[in-house]
Amino acid sequence: MIPIDHVILLSAVLFMIGVIGVATRRNLIVVLMSIELMLNGSNLAFVGFNRLHPERLDGQIFVLIVIAVAASEVAVGLGIVISMFRNRDSVNLEDVSLLKW
Amino acid sequence: MTTVQFLFYAFAALSVLFALGMVLNVRNTVAAALCLVVTMVSLAGIYVLLEAYFVAAVQIMVYAGAIVVLFLFVVMLLNLRHDDFSPSRQLLVKAGAAVLGVVALGQLLRLLRVSLPEAPAAAEGFGGYRMLGLTLYTDYVLLVEIASLLLLAAIVGALILAKRRVDR
Repeated sequence: MIPIDHVILLSAVLFMIGVIGVATRRNLIVVLMSIELMLNGSNLAFVGFNRLHPERLDGQIFVLIVIAVAASEVAVGLGIVISMFRNRDSVNLEDVSLLKW
Repeated sequence: MTTVQFLFYAFAALSVLFALGMVLNVRNTVAAALCLVVTMVSLAGIYVLLEAYFVAAVQIMVYAGAIVVLFLFVVMLLNLRHDDFSPSRQLLVKAGAAVLGVVALGQLLRLLRVSLPEAPAAAEGFGGYRMLGLTLYTDYVLLVEIASLLLLAAIVGALILAKRRVDR
């Protein structure tokens, strides 16, 4: 049997790797990928905790919804990347600072 | 150590390794996207070991199939094969990342001391499409409708954002 503690630990590690990517990388596409990694970490925690209560399936339903949200987020995010590249000729996050104070 | 446990640790090591490979790879964006595929597929393997079969299938089809292909498509469309951005050197970002890292490390150490109970045996059909579909279309039917609206909005939004400016 898989120890659920280690599943949760793995999900935390994946989430932290995603946070590191979002905080340090400047390529907008890699930042989006890191956000996907964070979502995957939380999905793993949902599935792991669902395994502790196998009489209901709420955790796995949440995972399906999170995947739907992730798909739409990627579609919109990559649309933004393309229009940004068209306007600024770059996908570097430090080139878009219009809303920065 | 049983086979299931061995497979779990193998998949876990693989996913962490390739996730690090994605985040720390500062030269090639295509390679980063391919690293993401390996992470997704090994997570699908872990879902199978946790008896979430339908979620594993969706993970492979939607994440490893659709989402990463979308990433690769955009990377190649914009011709970003060589990613020469080094990670950020701003002091504020570094300080924030350090604080986050310390907090997260504390949380991880706490997590190591907590021990969760052993997972009980799952019922027949747990995680299969039948039980999942029944739950999804009875208790959570509103959620399904909201998700469909969200996807519609995302389609329209992506089209409007990415299309060329039309001359009036």
